[in-house]
Amino acid sequence: MKGLFGKLRALFTLGVLALVLAGCGKENLTALVPKGYGAESSMKLIILSVVVMTFVFLAVMIIYTIVLFRFREKKGQEDFIPKQVEGNKTLETIWTVIPIILVVILAVPTVIATFDLADVSGAAEDEAISVDITGNQYWWHFDYKGQDFQTSQDLYIPTGEKVYINMISSDVIHSFWVPSITGKMDVNVENTNRMYIEAYDEGVYWGKCAELCGPSHSLMDFKVIAVSPEEYEQWASDMQAVDPEEQPQETVAVEGKDLFESNNCMSCHAIGSSGKQVGPNLTNFGNRTKIAGFLEPTKENLASWIQDPEQYKPGNKMTGNYPEVNKEDAEKIAEYLMQLKHSEITPDSAGE
Amino acid sequence: MSIAAAQKRSFSTVLWDYLTTVDHKKVAHLYLFGGGFFFLLGGIEALIIRIQLIKPMNDVVSAGLYNEMFTMHGTTMIFLAAMPLILALMNAAMPLQIGARDVAFPFLNALGVWLFIFGGILLNLSWFLGGAPDAGWTSYVPLATDSASHGVDFYVLGLQIAGAGTLMSGINFLATIVNMRAPGMTYMRMPLFTWTTFITSTLILFAFPALTIGLFLLMFDRMFGSAFFDAALGGNAIIWEHLFWIFGHPEVYILILPIFGVFSEVFATFSKKRLFGYTAMVFATMLIAFLGFMVWAHHMFTVGLGPMANSIFAVATMAIAVPTGIKIFNWLATMWGGSIKINSAMLWSLGFIPTFTIGGMTGVMLGSAVADYQYHDTYFVVAHFHYVIVGGTVFGIFAGLHYWWPKMFGRILNETLGQITFWVFFIGFHLTFFIQHFLGLMGMPRRYWVFLEGQELDLGNLISTIGAFLMGVGVIVFLYNVVVTAIKGEKAAADPWDGRTLEWSIPSPPPFYNFKQVPLVRGLDALWIEKTEGNRQMTPGEPLDDIHMPNGSIMPFLMSLGFFVAGIGFIYQTDHKLWFLALYGGMAFALGTMVVRSLKDDLGYYVKKEELEREAK
Ligand code: HEM
Ligand SMILES: [Cu+2]
Repeated sequence: MKGLFGKLRALFTLGVLALVLAGCGKENLTALVPKGYGAESSMKLIILSVVVMTFVFLAVMIIYTIVLFRFREKKGQEDFIPKQVEGNKTLETIWTVIPIILVVILAVPTVIATFDLADVSGAAEDEAISVDITGNQYWWHFDYKGQDFQTSQDLYIPTGEKVYINMISSDVIHSFWVPSITGKMDVNVENTNRMYIEAYDEGVYWGKCAELCGPSHSLMDFKVIAVSPEEYEQWASDMQAVDPEEQPQETVAVEGKDLFESNNCMSCHAIGSSGKQVGPNLTNFGNRTKIAGFLEPTKENLASWIQDPEQYKPGNKMTGNYPEVNKEDAEKIAEYLMQLKHSEITPDSAGE
Repeated sequence: MSIAAAQKRSFSTVLWDYLTTVDHKKVAHLYLFGGGFFFLLGGIEALIIRIQLIKPMNDVVSAGLYNEMFTMHGTTMIFLAAMPLILALMNAAMPLQIGARDVAFPFLNALGVWLFIFGGILLNLSWFLGGAPDAGWTSYVPLATDSASHGVDFYVLGLQIAGAGTLMSGINFLATIVNMRAPGMTYMRMPLFTWTTFITSTLILFAFPALTIGLFLLMFDRMFGSAFFDAALGGNAIIWEHLFWIFGHPEVYILILPIFGVFSEVFATFSKKRLFGYTAMVFATMLIAFLGFMVWAHHMFTVGLGPMANSIFAVATMAIAVPTGIKIFNWLATMWGGSIKINSAMLWSLGFIPTFTIGGMTGVMLGSAVADYQYHDTYFVVAHFHYVIVGGTVFGIFAGLHYWWPKMFGRILNETLGQITFWVFFIGFHLTFFIQHFLGLMGMPRRYWVFLEGQELDLGNLISTIGAFLMGVGVIVFLYNVVVTAIKGEKAAADPWDGRTLEWSIPSPPPFYNFKQVPLVRGLDALWIEKTEGNRQMTPGEPLDDIHMPNGSIMPFLMSLGFFVAGIGFIYQTDHKLWFLALYGGMAFALGTMVVRSLKDDLGYYVKKEELEREAK
């Protein structure tokens, strides 16, 4: 049995090594370093359950190891017949009662936390911030309740405050997940799901769609940008003040704006407040962390996206719904969009 | 049929024999080959998934194809590999363990296996006919109802046909165990594998109808314009999730409980001890089965059912840990004080204990609803269920195959190759899946076609892919072993392992009528009792007499073929009316074979007493 334990030890060492190398994951993505209320509640339970379960695992492994060492068939005693034991009431009671106790230890805080996280009664208060979220194949829409603006892909929130969110889907089921600040909740078609999120620190947190929603499911990323409450106020008032008709300074951008309008882009997108949700709202686009949720925000990427979104997000609903755009025009439109910076408060303000 | 004649049989006679067989031992072979074939397919799909995820932003397969890959991988592994392989073991061992000559309804048994095979073929034809299903093995609506290709239709019809076969087998096993136990075999003297087969069959009986209904509703929505799941027309998509998991959760117990039975047999045999706490083991199994029905919504913690529902399902889920723990400790106690012999079957069983304990641990962790808000739909879950289904079911299938191979085929699998298979697979398995627990918590959702650069998920994914290839190597060694054994394997004696239960009291492989005389059972581990009292054979429970056997029949094959054709008709009738010909034609053919079967007298035949006596010489 040297073989068995040698191999197990090698395996274990390798595993630990891999973990050390991998660390705990990317700081603003991992659930292992919680930076918000929901993630912290989950983490407490994760740790508690790991501790309790490790206890069980060790108990099993200790008996297992002893069994393997002590009770192997001995050379020359192949005919040995061990005593046939039927069972043992005491032992069996012990390994029934102890697990029950362990389960109770885990169950009580679970139930408490479950009710705690489901309590959205605070949304009714006057100063509470509420956001209506719509999940779409393959992008996110954020509509700030009682305010006259919407955003897509980037959700700005103030730190240290509960932000209440109401989620519904426009097509198939999605799931809203920002691992480092909160656990996920499904975004259903037929009913609005409510929860709250709270980020402790400023930062740009990575959000993911966690429910299979089609070919580009893995690219349905978004960001939660947590800024100080003062910066948030500033940002919100900047967003209120957006004038969609504003003319850009440079001629290229002006041409871009005309092309944007003449190419039918406005039939799905909007700049400034609009009820439309066929495509992402492009207000403040120049301050976006990413293009289409995951591409680096460069003009080249944007132009190339405008020419052929399909190569980036298979199955998306922009492809084929507007006239073909040549490279030159695409670059002009890109220039215009990249200039749409409607607020001084940017992801950089959150420390990105 | 004498031995000499058997050796000279040509390929076509063997083929015809298998096409028409109603013998549970040959049905077991069919399940084994069918399930084994689909296991390889599912394995290839898994490797393609892992190749795609070997590095960030990889583009070996397209997004759409990737979704088809994991959908088919999951569906194939659950319905077409794990289930049939378990049914193979049940068919091979259970009737022998209770001293029966066959199952209660041999014809139905054959029908079950052919429905599975044709259902599996139908599902996999989708690869060649314009696209496989792509909405995940859970087929959540509206994604599944929106899916544009015929893929999901193949899923619906393929699973409906295969599922009908499984439901029949469940009912058949229940009837067999209730009615056909040898004299003296009371319920509390049944071997544990028979017990778990019995309890699993009950689960099948109650769980599969939920799937059947769900699939019908999905079929109507996709093909006949109904709107059961369409929220815009007053339907409800969450209902599908409930229906699916009311079936799906018991299903995972259908996959693991029989395997608990296998391990119980293996541990007892190779420790030379009776199973510790037999009664507790039986009741723990029942309790797990019962609770298995009560916890389906733990797959739906993030759906938004509210804190009350989530709490109830969380606590019920954690409760399952208690009977499961009882089982683990009782197995350890079975080995305690024993004389443990470690061969391939035992290696798989020993490998199972730590692996499954980890799977059970993460199961309890998942049960804690608020913690699950982080785990759900991530690689943590992928890791968890592979620890349970591979570390439990697949390890158990390998253990069972090494254990019963001599009984099934009359030859012993090569021991060295067996041990190599185990070690390569075992190490590969932990490399693949252990790290995925962390990938999930580090922010990697499941069913992701690509992961982005700069998320620190690269190394974990690379290791995982390397592990998957090691598992592939293990499987190849096993296949090689099967071939080598078939060509020049060691011939097996009736009782190669010094076994404890009835299947080891008859030759390997057994004669087609199993028991010349049905044995008399005097206690648990009936053969062991006889052996310790110095008897070399079981005491017969009946005088030697003519044995009544059923005739073979091609009808089960034809009936399944009819449903298969009708299935294709159902799938394509939305494209063109002419396909109704296939639909009605196939149905008419299937019903026709049923009419023929009902009207034609088929009373079977007798193996004469004289013949049995002659053979004994
Ligand atoms: C070589 C062994 C295996 C490997 C490398 C493997 C790999 C994987 C991977 C990477 C996924 C996740 C796909 C994703 O979420 O993107 C997956 C899903 C799955 N696997 Fe496996 N797997 C293996 C064996 C098995 C076996 C033996 C079973 C069951 C008997 C199984 C059942 C499943 C199921 C049910 C899913 C979920 C599919 C879905 O999400 O619809 N796997 N597998
Ligand atoms: Cu999505």
